[in-house]
Amino acid sequence: MTVLYLAHTECDNSLHKSALEALNAAKTAAEGLGCELIVGLIGGDIAAAADSIGGCGAKFYGVSGSDFADGRYASDVAAAEAIAKACTPEVVVAPATSRFSRALPGLAIRLDGRVDTHLSGFEAVDGKPVAKRWFYRQRMEGVLTREERPWIVTLDSGCAEPFEGAGAASVEMLDVDVSAVRTKVAGMECASEDAQTIRPDADLLFVAGAGWTKKQADGATHVEEAEKAILSFLDTTKSSLGSSKSLVDISGEGGKVISFLTHMHQVGQTGATPRHPKGLSSCCHGEEPHVVGWRFIKERRAINLDAGCGWAQGKCDVLYVGDAFAIMAKVNELLG
Amino acid sequence: MGSEFHIVVCGSIVPDPLQTLAPQDGPAGPSLKNEMMLPAVLDPWAGHALFEAAHLAAANPGSQVWLVSLGPKAKLQQVMMSVAQKVPFQLVVADGSASGFADAYETAKALAGTIEGIAGLDKSKLLLFGGWQSASRGSGAVIQMVGERLGVTEQFQGVDKLTVGGDGSLEVLERVEGGAYQKSVVDGAPAAFGWATGELPEPPNNPQVGMQNMQRNMPALMQAKPADLSGTTLKFSSVELPQQRRETRIVKDVPVEEMAREIVEWIKG
Repeated sequence: MTVLYLAHTECDNSLHKSALEALNAAKTAAEGLGCELIVGLIGGDIAAAADSIGGCGAKFYGVSGSDFADGRYASDVAAAEAIAKACTPEVVVAPATSRFSRALPGLAIRLDGRVDTHLSGFEAVDGKPVAKRWFYRQRMEGVLTREERPWIVTLDSGCAEPFEGAGAASVEMLDVDVSAVRTKVAGMECASEDAQTIRPDADLLFVAGAGWTKKQADGATHVEEAEKAILSFLDTTKSSLGSSKSLVDISGEGGKVISFLTHMHQVGQTGATPRHPKGLSSCCHGEEPHVVGWRFIKERRAINLDAGCGWAQGKCDVLYVGDAFAIMAKVNELLG
Repeated sequence: MGSEFHIVVCGSIVPDPLQTLAPQDGPAGPSLKNEMMLPAVLDPWAGHALFEAAHLAAANPGSQVWLVSLGPKAKLQQVMMSVAQKVPFQLVVADGSASGFADAYETAKALAGTIEGIAGLDKSKLLLFGGWQSASRGSGAVIQMVGERLGVTEQFQGVDKLTVGGDGSLEVLERVEGGAYQKSVVDGAPAAFGWATGELPEPPNNPQVGMQNMQRNMPALMQAKPADLSGTTLKFSSVELPQQRRETRIVKDVPVEEMAREIVEWIKG
């Protein structure tokens, strides 16, 4: 019986932290299941990535070359299929990166297996693999098993400790023909360093709510002032920016908007559920959708005018009852 | 110059996101408490996919849009009364569970089988649309599996923009980590797209569109075939709501400076 760990390299040919976390989970599960661990790597050049985890003691397979440097469904699923067919695993464990979240569900069809994605945990219990994942947008967590094999699983980031153990790795390379793939990757569209406000690895998530664009005590809106306060805070702290849905939607309702917010920033029921050690929300209100957005934020603080806010009470650790404009101006001053 | 597409949108219904949900055990596994009583809406990402599909079809004369939905037909009928007023589409229904606990593989199998049965569908013109996630299972896996079953191996997920070139090629922006997009180009149909938010707002209701849609879609609801999702060994040992209530410390009636200082110390700590 074999557990196959699959990973892809990043643009600098390294492995992402989430890939190292998934390796730790795969290794632990393989030990608990009494299985051999096999590593499969996909990327433009996988040598450095293989050596960075060579200490895991697994046999390595690899698919590399310029066709596999970028994430494309057709080439990634073909590479994963080739590796899986070389080792016929019972279980396939991979990180839930955007690249593998795109590609690996299709692998289940090609291998006549099954797939469960975005797991929050995967372990061996009494010699059998058991998975945990969230349902209904992070509102309830289920523990599940299945008998079909191979069982392909992807793990969300932050659910295991990253693997550490470099060492020289001997990789058996596999040839995969992707000449029939019709998709060409034309590059990335990234925000500039200054405009970048989504930072998945940041220590702090700052969530801006609709209150920033509402009329203030003087009867007027102060959106430009809000923009300056938020950007100043983000520049100083290098926090990641999130937004409530209502704030993003204001653009569709004709209201004045914070210019740098997009649907990409949205957290909650219909947005992202990011994982950061700390979260600070400001001018937010609401109930269930916000709870979902904050599901994986460990320490939570909020600034709100309403001490009885149903969202904040019981959901965050500290609630500062006050004017976010004034408080954040002072915070920015102190951060200097 | 436009292209002619056969756009199949996969999308089902989910409980209204503002509802409080609670799981319960049943003979067939977990389900939602009072599931059939909960108000339902079209899944938000499926909605984005549908609106983008209708926009694309309108811009490319000769194109058609089908909405293929796996769900309990009584609830689907309720939701379609409002969805049908938004954009023109032809509904194809597989009558079965829309539960978030249903197996993604079995769901994909049922959807692919239903799509195979659409009369007049030209797979060489097929654009398979759906949400990249759902507000129920949230697996982000069904569209890929439906695509594989239909032989569609040019696939994209987290799509926010799709542009048709003059030569019929499709330029796609897919969300990747860190608020960035990957831009790809595929030379044309067939291809599969799991939509993120897209770029279009929800269209306003148009009663005339609603009348036309429902004339075609009511028979589809009546003729819906039962979907068999039973071929799985998926078992849940538990499904629970997180029971974490935090002891919230309220800081009020203190100077702004004091609050700010405490926040800064916390951030730096």
